[in-house]
Amino acid sequence: MIREVAIVGVGWSGFRPITPDLSYKELMYEAAVQAYEEAGIDPRRDVDSFVTVAEDYNEGTSIFDEYVPDQLGALHRPVQTISGEGIHGLAAAVMQILTGQFDVVVVEGHSKASNILTLPYILAFAFDPVFNRPLAVHPYYVAGMEMLRYQVESGTSHYECACVAAKNRNNALLNPLAGYGAAISAADVMASEPVAEPLTRLECAGHSDGCITLVLAAGETARALTDTPVWVRGIGWANDTPWLESRPWGEARYAQAAAEMVYRTAGIKSPRAEIDFAEIDDTFAYKELQHLEALNLCPPGAAGEWTAAGGTEIGGEFPVNPSGGALGQGHLLDATGLARVLEVVLQLRGQAGQRQIETAEVGLAFGWRGVPTTGGAAVILSN
Amino acid sequence: MSGNRVAVVGAGMTKFVRRAQETAKELAWEATHLALESCDMTLDDIDAVIIGTAPDAFDAVHMKSEYLSDGCGGWGKPVIRGYVGGGTGVFAPIQGWYHVASGLFDTVLVVCEEKMSSCQPHPQGAFLTIFDHTTERPLEPNLLWIFALEMNAYMNRYGLDKRDIATVAVKNKRNAADHPAALLGDANITLEDILNTEVLAWPVQRGDVSPVTDGAVALVMSAEHVARRVTNKPVWVEGVGWTLDTAYWTNRDLSYPVYVEEAARMAYKMAGITEPRQQIHIAEPYDPFDYKELHHLEGLMLFDKGEAPRAAADGVTQRDGDLPVCPSGGLLGVGNPIAAAGLMKVAEIFWQLRGEAGARQVPGSPKRGLAQAWGDLMQVGTVIVMGV
Repeated sequence: MIREVAIVGVGWSGFRPITPDLSYKELMYEAAVQAYEEAGIDPRRDVDSFVTVAEDYNEGTSIFDEYVPDQLGALHRPVQTISGEGIHGLAAAVMQILTGQFDVVVVEGHSKASNILTLPYILAFAFDPVFNRPLAVHPYYVAGMEMLRYQVESGTSHYECACVAAKNRNNALLNPLAGYGAAISAADVMASEPVAEPLTRLECAGHSDGCITLVLAAGETARALTDTPVWVRGIGWANDTPWLESRPWGEARYAQAAAEMVYRTAGIKSPRAEIDFAEIDDTFAYKELQHLEALNLCPPGAAGEWTAAGGTEIGGEFPVNPSGGALGQGHLLDATGLARVLEVVLQLRGQAGQRQIETAEVGLAFGWRGVPTTGGAAVILSN
Repeated sequence: MSGNRVAVVGAGMTKFVRRAQETAKELAWEATHLALESCDMTLDDIDAVIIGTAPDAFDAVHMKSEYLSDGCGGWGKPVIRGYVGGGTGVFAPIQGWYHVASGLFDTVLVVCEEKMSSCQPHPQGAFLTIFDHTTERPLEPNLLWIFALEMNAYMNRYGLDKRDIATVAVKNKRNAADHPAALLGDANITLEDILNTEVLAWPVQRGDVSPVTDGAVALVMSAEHVARRVTNKPVWVEGVGWTLDTAYWTNRDLSYPVYVEEAARMAYKMAGITEPRQQIHIAEPYDPFDYKELHHLEGLMLFDKGEAPRAAADGVTQRDGDLPVCPSGGLLGVGNPIAAAGLMKVAEIFWQLRGEAGARQVPGSPKRGLAQAWGDLMQVGTVIVMGV
């Protein structure tokens, strides 16, 4: 990349299944103030541009970007929304800094999922209106079908998928930001009721409310603002076909393409050797495995066995989702990828408390837009 | 400007129509295909795709850019959708600029698509959901009402008459008669025709308003080393700007768009423009309503506050005037498929600066032009300055 970019401040609020005491504006305000204080900046004076991440249907408001500037201290400043994954928003901010026209850019993403009374019905509006939506089935059937195909093609057992959910829910017990921590086993996961066979309830992330705000700065500015900048080494994102009818159900091709770009921009040749840990989308338990393979962090078909053997636990050879992931923290809608980024930042700074990884110098975060999409985005950070 | 220099090298658009038979994906692909063809490129030359499209509520598709992605040429590529309401159409090429200027991509596609006709019986129903859920939505406001408030504020501040404003609608609908993709072009329309249309929300009459429209527009943008190879007429992005004002629009002075001024100042600074009235030769300000063109010309500092109506009456903004404004025919004439309408303006500047605007070509070989859009709750300004 042609210019150095670092994360110099992070803030968060919520990460609870419900937040009846806070509006989405208050969630945003809390997270923003924390990030600004950490970075030692005044948003009205020091921030050159703001990027927020939101989808209208999740907010229940059309043209939602109308309602973001006030609580971010962003009035009369460049503000834009990305209707995408949180890491797409981060990518937009990184690109703005790389142009040389912006030194400090703020990224915000939030979830007020508890306000959505009929989440599956909202999600169903993401299906092709002509070919798929009229089938009127719960959107998670896409995940069930995909899981089945992934298992068949990769030779992964249901038990190995369930191990992901058990690991992440147990990791979440060590994370004060996680609302879904539980001391459960793979057997408990497999015994929970089916959602869309073979997918069970405990293999699907619940939802959380929360907000994440990041302050990004260009090289010299970053060094002036903090002694512990977390550097953005590479960024990548990609889409596969939106059609259910023509996608490869067994593999996450969007993640392969995003990985190619993020490794290329970061100059990484052998990801497994050059990266210490990862926070990877686990909206459904099998997704963590499928994404690990697509990101070339283990050979195809090997992720399940690796996980079942404990290789991806906090003390394992390659920790994955030490935060608890979406299964342990709850899915934060468009902000889920930023929750992955937040954990990578905290780990790289040595601020992850009980779940701190011993060697954390280079970390990867990967976000997926969820069913029925094939959009994914990745970032590599280092201290 | 630092970073890589960025040029627009190709453009294409569909016809703007009241009700397209094509799906949203098909409209997007038609524009994409035309843009690629205009610069002899294929999807293999495209490194990333930027999608612009306004509220998902129009066609009731959640995460609409995911649905549109293959129609926009995004299969297997980095795809991103930026969003600033009605300002999106001019913001999408600003995103295209920063994709290329960042050094991450050599050539990107910028595609804006809107299909408003899917919203039955009328997109105003979807617009109800843009208002604050607690303080405004219970009043069941209509978008036309708040623009009537703004138009009134503007007219009262400067003592303007409806006739001072309707000249814009006449000019733009006449200009659009020369646009092959226009929905409401009319070479013979008169001031009386506009003034005799039905009242929607006083002082807004039907003739003051752009129509509900379906359509798509696409641009190809490249880094300098690619641009110089693929065309001998690159149109350079010289400056970009965007700002957002408070959501509490009721607390603002509606007679002047300060957010447009701020966006313009940002773009002018980047472009090194110190005397916009001398250095801008052609302008495509956002004109969903006729008063908005005047309002925005003042916000862009191309005329003093309250002076744009007089200049319009004097013919300054005609295609052969000193500052041709909306030579395309604008939203009032060509049509207003929200995001696509903004990008249509950028495409018009591209064609005008290359001398390829056909019957719409302004005389005198303009060297620098700007396009501007506006959106949200009278809140966002987006400006792009381009030159040859």
